[in-house]
Amino acid sequence: MLGALNSAPAHAHLVQTGFGAFYDGLAHVALTPADLLVVIALALLAGQRGTQAARWALFAFPAAWLAGGALGAWIPAEATLPLLTTLTFGIAGALVATDVKLRATVVGVFAIVAGLLHGYVNGATMAPGGAGALALAGAVTAVFCLLAIVSSQVTTLRAAWTRIAVRVAGSWIAAAGVLMLGWLARA
Amino acid sequence: MMRVDRRSTRFAVLLALGLTCSIAWAHEETGQAAGFLTGLVHPISGLDHVLAMVAVGLWGVVLGAPAIWVLPVAFPLVMAFGGLMGLLGFPLPGVEIGIALSAIVLGAMVLFEARPPLWVAALVVAFFAIFHGHAHGRELPEGTSALLYSLGFVIATGLLHGFGILLGVAHRWPIGRQFVRTGGVAIALGGIFFLWRAVT
Repeated sequence: MLGALNSAPAHAHLVQTGFGAFYDGLAHVALTPADLLVVIALALLAGQRGTQAARWALFAFPAAWLAGGALGAWIPAEATLPLLTTLTFGIAGALVATDVKLRATVVGVFAIVAGLLHGYVNGATMAPGGAGALALAGAVTAVFCLLAIVSSQVTTLRAAWTRIAVRVAGSWIAAAGVLMLGWLARA
Repeated sequence: MMRVDRRSTRFAVLLALGLTCSIAWAHEETGQAAGFLTGLVHPISGLDHVLAMVAVGLWGVVLGAPAIWVLPVAFPLVMAFGGLMGLLGFPLPGVEIGIALSAIVLGAMVLFEARPPLWVAALVVAFFAIFHGHAHGRELPEGTSALLYSLGFVIATGLLHGFGILLGVAHRWPIGRQFVRTGGVAIALGGIFFLWRAVT
């Protein structure tokens, strides 16, 4: 487990969509499993906790992602911090699965921490690949849109089985996170 | 009877897309599509695992609410801890026997329509989930994405629970009830076969 705490080397792997840097950044989020999972998990959590929490998360998370991304591009640490990024989506998934009654402000704080972390890794890994502010803007846009779509849908859910489906999805994300921790420890 | 409105259906489609969309774009990191698909197929490739997972769904229906949703939420998490144990090198003796026993016990629960308290049912399922996770959660092929393999593995297991629950819907009709109980017999017999294979 201690080995997993060490930062893994960064891989400059910004996808080339052919539509320019903005869309490259947008696609980067969709093609990075840990980023995609944290956005989905946080959207489920925010939606599950109600409109107020969803509003907090909707603006706090992308803003933190942008700030973290700018920091990562400015001071790249050559790191992908896999343990921390796994923990963020794993914890978010577990909170969704257990349906813990969190306050909206707690969801907001979690969104800021997760956004800063994943944004930092985004900036740090995209910058060496030649991606600039436009790519980061694309990534933040992807995060905002996905979060808005999923969390808004979840907040409107009333049928019991749909609330359960959200918890099951959270448990799947958390379980994948637990297994990933094992892989990181073994690496 | 559950009502399925348009909003719920739209959400279910969005959720499914969100959880599976990355497999179509395998250009960024090596082994992403292979990892997800391998993880997705892996639980289905072992009949012992399939039998036990379907049995969890069937038993959930027999038990009714809240077990019908507690078991599918709890099982993947406990199974993942079993996988974590395996990955960290914690030895678990008799894994294959444990998996075979899970089919026998869960099949018998469905056959006899056992309705213990929820905590007992959760404990039984969690106990066997450890064996399933320990055996299957760490079989990652070379060069594939560990995270997507894990996600595919967990999703496939969850879908098998869902399949069991769908089959179990028949339990509300008298003839369907016999069908579900017969399913329990088939699962238990399958478990006996795998137990015989594990000990010989």
